[in-house]
Amino acid sequence: MENFRLILLIFLVLCALFVSFSKNLLVSVVIFMSYSLIMSIIWVLLESPDLAITEAAVGAGVTSVLFFITLKRIGAIGKEHPDEQDETTKEINSRPAVKQFGKFYKGAAVTLGAAIIFALLLMVSNLPAFGDADNPYNNEVSERYLEKSIEETGAVNAVTGMILDYRAFDTFGESCVLFIAAACVLILLRDDKTDTTAKAIQDEKFEPVSDTILQTSAKILFPAILMFGIYILVNGHLSPGGGFSGGAIMGAGLILHVNAFGYKKTQRFFNEKTYKRVTVCALSFYCIAKSYSFFTGANHLESHIPLGNAGDIISSGLILPLNICVGLVVACTMYAFYTLFKKGGM
Amino acid sequence: MGSNLLVNYESVTAVILFGIGFTNLLLQKNLIKKIIGLNIMDTAVYLLLATQGYIEGRMAPIIVNGNTDPSLYINPVPSGLVLTGIVVSVSVSALMLALTIRLYKRYHTLNLDEILRHIQKEGH
Repeated sequence: MENFRLILLIFLVLCALFVSFSKNLLVSVVIFMSYSLIMSIIWVLLESPDLAITEAAVGAGVTSVLFFITLKRIGAIGKEHPDEQDETTKEINSRPAVKQFGKFYKGAAVTLGAAIIFALLLMVSNLPAFGDADNPYNNEVSERYLEKSIEETGAVNAVTGMILDYRAFDTFGESCVLFIAAACVLILLRDDKTDTTAKAIQDEKFEPVSDTILQTSAKILFPAILMFGIYILVNGHLSPGGGFSGGAIMGAGLILHVNAFGYKKTQRFFNEKTYKRVTVCALSFYCIAKSYSFFTGANHLESHIPLGNAGDIISSGLILPLNICVGLVVACTMYAFYTLFKKGGM
Repeated sequence: MGSNLLVNYESVTAVILFGIGFTNLLLQKNLIKKIIGLNIMDTAVYLLLATQGYIEGRMAPIIVNGNTDPSLYINPVPSGLVLTGIVVSVSVSALMLALTIRLYKRYHTLNLDEILRHIQKEGH
């Protein structure tokens, strides 16, 4: 097992190097995708299945899709030299002073990178040994989470119990970060609505080509992906997964649907209005529900939310509804990112 | 120099990845590759954090059969922290990619030098 881990780590470094040296942008993005997949396997080996699922769905899945759609939008796919320079830049770059500075800058940058690696290696060599149970990190905090998680939150998965009960406000902030990011992307990439003729032409341009193979496979895959996402979502307190990974998988299912069947069919059940309503309702419900438990907890009042029988689907009090809220926000945001990048509207 | 450099090979990899990502940020002229470099730095930090919570021979922090003995499970705290980080890093990349698209629409290039030169020419 240790050898396997070592091989994966070496692959990780190799992938990072290839990404840096590859001339073609598409190749860089594909290698970065495999980098994320290797990372998720490493997390399984490090006994963190929650991270593995989230990295596979969010890191390897949605991030790569965003990179691809960016390349498509700016037409950089297939270009051999994306850094191609026009005549003036070439002329400026061929001046001796600029050339000299370029060389100096490269040397200085590599030296700085090496210096940072060296300083951090010095730090790592003084860290406690890897995998040792007596490390100072494994203190009473983690012990308390593990001992009291079932009793106090009802969640079998201690990580979910931690992020959605003990530190639920942190997760609320994070869901808001997603919402704000989607809002910023909306501001940056939204189309000009006033020019209707141009918009109609553009909409037609971005409508995906009707592809029989894609449509037939999407008919079979779309319900399965959605179901899998919901399964991960509602089992968040019992098994690895939860709102973030389940939501990202559902968002990926929506992206597949829009690619196979086009915007018109997707807009029948999901448009900008749905996005706004679902996200705002989910965030407000999260805020109100958590404020209630914060209020009762801080004032030593009895909470009226039953914890249920640990291990059942409907158990662990507020964690299940909060997980569903987070999942809805993540799914909507991932889909919103995609459509905004693709055609500047939902 | 401490003595745990070879034992902590996971952390060593994380540190090397961080350095590669940082050098990418400095050296690449292409904006998309700069963003990938930042993403590599992100994952390097997560790897370093998650490595600290691992304990050899223990299980993932999912309670089995109601057995809450903490000596059976690994440390759940780093997993919770990193989970938060992964999702935030996606938001950050999405925002940066959106800005890149806007820059490309205006200056028709991804090369940072040329973008800067165009801005200078416009006199901002």
